[in-house]
Amino acid sequence: MTDKLAPSSPQTLAQKLIARACGRAHVAVGEIVTCAVDMAMFHDSSGPRRLQPMLAELGAEIWDKSRVVLVMDHYVPERDDDARRIVRIARDWARDQRLPHVYDSQGICHVVVPQHGHIRPGMLCVGGDSHSPTGGAFGAYMFGVGSTEMLGVVVTGEIWLRVPETIQMWWDGRLSPGVTAKDMMLHMIGRFGMNGGRYQAVEFAGPAVQALSMQERMTLSNMSAELGAQAGLIAPDATTAAFLAEAGAPSVDTAAWFTDDEAPRTVHRFDAASLEPHVAAPHSPANSRGVSHCAGTPIDVAFIGACTGAKLDDLRAAAHVLRGRKVAAGVRLIVAPASLRDQDQAREEGVLQALMAAGAELFPTACGACAGYGDPMGDDVTVMSTTARNFKGRMGSASAQVYLGSPYSVAAAALRGRITDPREVLA
Amino acid sequence: MSTSHKVWRLGADIDTDLLAPGHAMKHGIETIATHCLETVLPEFARDVRPGDVIVAGPNFGIGSSREQAVAALVHLGVAAVIAPSYSGLYFRNAFNLGLLLLTCGDAELLQDGERIGIDRAAPSVTAADGRRLPCEPIPGFLLDMVRAGGLMNQLRQRAGKDAPHA
Repeated sequence: MTDKLAPSSPQTLAQKLIARACGRAHVAVGEIVTCAVDMAMFHDSSGPRRLQPMLAELGAEIWDKSRVVLVMDHYVPERDDDARRIVRIARDWARDQRLPHVYDSQGICHVVVPQHGHIRPGMLCVGGDSHSPTGGAFGAYMFGVGSTEMLGVVVTGEIWLRVPETIQMWWDGRLSPGVTAKDMMLHMIGRFGMNGGRYQAVEFAGPAVQALSMQERMTLSNMSAELGAQAGLIAPDATTAAFLAEAGAPSVDTAAWFTDDEAPRTVHRFDAASLEPHVAAPHSPANSRGVSHCAGTPIDVAFIGACTGAKLDDLRAAAHVLRGRKVAAGVRLIVAPASLRDQDQAREEGVLQALMAAGAELFPTACGACAGYGDPMGDDVTVMSTTARNFKGRMGSASAQVYLGSPYSVAAAALRGRITDPREVLA
Repeated sequence: MSTSHKVWRLGADIDTDLLAPGHAMKHGIETIATHCLETVLPEFARDVRPGDVIVAGPNFGIGSSREQAVAALVHLGVAAVIAPSYSGLYFRNAFNLGLLLLTCGDAELLQDGERIGIDRAAPSVTAADGRRLPCEPIPGFLLDMVRAGGLMNQLRQRAGKDAPHA
């Protein structure tokens, strides 16, 4: 394939990351290239139970075990014989293959894998899960694939992709108190729809994004999946480097990974300061508007869980609302921290205790009810949730009504027993 | 050109949880397939016949990476999906499992129960009244994947093993 661009052609962050991964100086939007994979992540549901029989049939080996990360998070803790069988396959395979990077019941893959420094600026990574764009928060090009495509990666160490256009979401200003990355994301999904990203690269940029913590940035990149983007990138900076240093990652170079000013791209501008808390009504994340459109809706369950809604920063936000208060009578507040590390830190800070004292039930640090795999919601319940998707039946019952919001909004709903603008209850 | 594919019409935004519900995901594909689309078309999994096609609105396959949302349709013998747009992740999974997806801006002109023709090479769809609906071009290596019956069969061929379903 010829490289028709002049050496000085400006490029987007996405182009630079893909060019590196396919050993080129430049790549052009629209061309199909084959990239070397720096890291492949999969979990108990998408991984060994599907990969192991296919690898055995092919008589093939993993191309590079040091680049594979396995996380048991979907069917743990095991609740029935099927779950035990699926998790046992993963554990046996991890042992047989002597996989060096295995995180069993430590939390949700999209949180645990970065917390152990496996995703770093400049990398090209794939994940056997649709929320794999989370890795883009670290300035890595990361996207989700299905199990058969993952088999191809595990055998060859390579994957094809079409060099995407870049849709830059530029956020000016700064979020006001009680408004979070989740609200930014619900706003964008409401505006552009669930396929508005057209499987291109979305890049989050601007002062409001730069001001976000690493975990908040991860929430943006994570829900790029709900925008239908292939990747959700954020240029790495000192915040990224500090997070990775704490995760014990090798020191990283953040300087090379940004979008050139002149690089062709679509830019959408937003004002963070005037953004209000957003809530997505059943049954689509795209049914999202300012919280006032469904304020007052009574709820049965408030769910603080998932990779996109129960990280340490999310738990802190919920505790900010609930500390010293009690959830409304008749409302269940469920808290399922996204990782053991986040849960431990929340306990050290007194955040977990504040939530429990308010009446929260503590659920396992796993995917759980988010995807209806464990602890599913019952019939006809109305749920206010920090999770990423409220598709019909997603959390268990097709008659459950699931609203999505930030941890502030979910905590406020738990407190009042009805959907509430969290700014009304923040001290 | 292949002819006489019966159309099953669906709306927009058919997500992976509708195609492969979370509650069924712990089972094998034989069981998952019996739940395919149960909340929007309860009779589909029972009545669909090999060679039938799905015609849907925009954004088909949004949601999860679970390829059982493709495999369920393959298991039921669905010959192709025809829609104005797809989730990019679903699009990749479909070709990896040998399911033909046709991107057709006029898909919604096709009626439920209508019998249509498909020309993979063009690619295009021919409606019952003879109208020809053009579809977006598909890269050659993806068409090869569909012809081979999916990536696994291609890997089998490369490993020198026979592809049982090619």
